[in-house]
Amino acid sequence: MDRRAYLQSLFLAPLAGSLIASSARAQDASTIDWTRLPSSYSYGRTEAEKQTDAELFAESYFREHELLTIAVLCDIILPGDHPNGGALDAGLPDFVEFMVKDRQQYKLPVRGGIAWLDNYALDNYGADFIHIEESQRLAICDAIAYPDVDTPELQPGIAFFSLMRNLTLTGYYTTEAGIRDLGYVGNRPNVWDGVPEAVLQKHGKQYDTEWLNKCVDQSRREITAEWDDDGNLIS
Amino acid sequence: MAQQQYDVIVVGSGAGGGMATYQLANAGLSVALVEAGDYYDPADEAQRTQLRWPWESPRRGASTRRRPFGDYNSCIGGWELDGEPYTNKDDTDFMWWRARMLGGRTNHWGRIALRFGPLDFHRRDIDGLGDNWPIGYEDVKPYYDRLDRLVGVYGSNEGLPNDPDGFFLPAPKPRLHELYYIDAARSLGVPVIPARKSILTKRINDERGVCFYCSQCSRACGIHADFSSSTVLIYPALRGGRVDLYSNAMVREVTTDDQGLATGVAYIDKETGQDAELRGRSVVLAASACSSARILLNSRSARHAQGLGNSNDHVGRYLHDSTGASRAAFIPELIDREIYNEDGTSGMHVYTPWWLEDQNLDFPRGYHLEIGGGMGMPSYGFGFAANQYNAFLGERVGGYGNGLRDDIRRFYGSRLSIACRGESIAQYDNRCELDPTVVDEWGIPVLRFDYHWTEHEINQARHMQDSMEALLEAAGGTVLGNKPGADQDYGLTKPGEIIHEVGTTRMGDDPATSVTNSFGQLHDARNVFVADGGTFVSQADKNPTWTILALAWRQADYLVEQMQQRNI
Ligand SMILES: Cc1cc2nc3c(=O)[nH]c(=O)nc-3n(C[C@H](O)[C@H](O)[C@H](O)COP(=O)(O)OP(=O)(O)OC[C@H]3O[C@@H](n4cnc5c(N)ncnc54)[C@H](O)[C@@H]3O)c2cc1C
Ligand code: SF4
Repeated sequence: MDRRAYLQSLFLAPLAGSLIASSARAQDASTIDWTRLPSSYSYGRTEAEKQTDAELFAESYFREHELLTIAVLCDIILPGDHPNGGALDAGLPDFVEFMVKDRQQYKLPVRGGIAWLDNYALDNYGADFIHIEESQRLAICDAIAYPDVDTPELQPGIAFFSLMRNLTLTGYYTTEAGIRDLGYVGNRPNVWDGVPEAVLQKHGKQYDTEWLNKCVDQSRREITAEWDDDGNLIS
Repeated sequence: MAQQQYDVIVVGSGAGGGMATYQLANAGLSVALVEAGDYYDPADEAQRTQLRWPWESPRRGASTRRRPFGDYNSCIGGWELDGEPYTNKDDTDFMWWRARMLGGRTNHWGRIALRFGPLDFHRRDIDGLGDNWPIGYEDVKPYYDRLDRLVGVYGSNEGLPNDPDGFFLPAPKPRLHELYYIDAARSLGVPVIPARKSILTKRINDERGVCFYCSQCSRACGIHADFSSSTVLIYPALRGGRVDLYSNAMVREVTTDDQGLATGVAYIDKETGQDAELRGRSVVLAASACSSARILLNSRSARHAQGLGNSNDHVGRYLHDSTGASRAAFIPELIDREIYNEDGTSGMHVYTPWWLEDQNLDFPRGYHLEIGGGMGMPSYGFGFAANQYNAFLGERVGGYGNGLRDDIRRFYGSRLSIACRGESIAQYDNRCELDPTVVDEWGIPVLRFDYHWTEHEINQARHMQDSMEALLEAAGGTVLGNKPGADQDYGLTKPGEIIHEVGTTRMGDDPATSVTNSFGQLHDARNVFVADGGTFVSQADKNPTWTILALAWRQADYLVEQMQQRNI
């Protein structure tokens, strides 16, 4: 396939992951909702891989209560009151659920972490994490969101929160909204011609001429390469 | 069914097999190319992973057992293959990476394309260790020169004594983190030059496109602007009409006659599970160093009781991989940097070749440094430990809420990393052999590895750690993690982990101590050749593929000549 046809074929492919704005930080956790992610994907898989992924999607691991707790946590970690949307807009609960099934080593830590959180909420505020007041939930998060806290009885909660923060952020920044939020502008055909001048200046760097002489003259990239007998490029 | 006799049967379609097929078919010979994996084309929409966004994968590009280097890596294979185990003897921990696809590992290799230098062919003369090659740089140079022009490699002529010049395409400009590295290296008197990679920064012919800088060669390039054996050598060879491709065909053994010469190969058709045979005047094994050794060891007959080519018990011995170690740093000056598209070509644009050749060190042989960093596309794992660098700035790590967005942006692209790749000493006792009891799903005995590093490699790794630390600090970096000490062999990678395993069918003039002659032709059967890294006597600190390709071309010329002279 030539370059033009190939590139055209790429950009005809529909882009998944469009946003459906949903809940900002939920008041009543039991009505929390989020953008649903697709449950089938097509991206150059072998038959064996297709089957594995289909099995993963078919598997149900979390109970309703656990999923809601995950959703509430994702929403706290990356709330929706932001122009690029939050965790729920980006479908994070679905992503976390998939990853936990995909990576067996997360299953127990996430299930156990949710149970720990509920026990802690019950002991301190008299109900499950998702059934206490929002201010109470945030108070718990304040206690477990920082790894430098060395209170022994909080350590399981701190480990769980770190895991949830990792999964939430990685899930968010790998969606269209997250890429926009970050400002990553690659993954498209272009021509790299060095660090922008202003950036060089800001960092006190420069290209020296000797090095630049070894670099590609992008205006001649389509001219077929020819060398003299000593290996000097002459085209 | 009466079957055709091919001039040559090539087993395996990676670097060596692709070059053999291309050259032999171009010379007018009929070729059967037998490949254990399936047909593969990165431009085929059903197989394409290039230019996909992370959200097109449910796991956002995370690794799986089947794709250990990530969901979008163009590898069908990996460290574990369904139905094809291998074993380790005693406390050996050899890691064996295998691809099962047209083009083999050249679909997802790093495209780092380094020639060996003159010294690399006779290291024994210099330090008394290992053995010299039976050939020198001058024998291979003409093939490197042709290879550069046929396949394409960017780089620069530097006039270095042991990192030879060539016919390079122009190099891409360094990225910002690479400029930090360049300054750091220069401040310490460490050389740094443009990388050498088989990526087309300029057109070389009408069939292949010119790199559009997506940084995704590990996903394989749909416009064929990087080197894969399939896209660059095998498709053109198939179009020439003299090559029959047998895919999903797992070769069990080379069949031989009463004189001990090869008559063809026996294989399993993986789609039907049936045994089948092909007949040929000659056989070129290019199944990767260890797989070719395995095929030879499994090719037993009355004439070759210990396996084909193994009358001296050398097949599988002298197995050696590159050494490796790596380290990374946080560069505070790169905090809050401008964000722009710096994808560039895949991987590094600059590197440091070995620079201490004449120094008196407590280890032999050298290593080179590969540089990493930059503002790559997020994929699974991005955002983990989002604000860990706060610790270096006296700020609090952790938290939640929209402030995390600022942390992510702030630290994006502020990492600089170095990976070292060094030369190990090939050892008689480091080997792969047939496991006495374990077989794969087709009943073929599998390989068992027995491999231990020596003090040479461990001392070298200690030196790597010191170099990396000094360079990262000179770049203004705060080095991350703890420096691995003696208890961890200084962070030395496991044998096999760098995926440069070679040496199992080494070449030599003496049939008592080598498996093939200097053209990769078996001493024990003149119509059987090895075209992969198995023939390496030593591997230099240079990644092996450019030399595999050059030697396979040289071998093809010899094979054609031998056939013309009716010696085969
Ligand atoms: C991630 C990665 C990065 C790398 N980066 C670099 C780099 O930057 N520079 C470098 O020089 N090298 C690099 N390498 C190494 C490089 O890929 C190998 O050196 C090269 O591919 C070896 O070529 P080969 O001829 O041995 O065949 P391979 O590429 O190993 O292919 C062998 C083929 O033979 C087939 N086969 C095996 N057994 C049988 C059988 N019994 N019957 C039929 N077919 C069989 C396999 O299916 C496979 O397709 C890298 C490797 C990996 C995995
Ligand atoms: S970096 Fe260049 S050669 Fe590599 S895949 Fe992208 S376009 Fe192709």
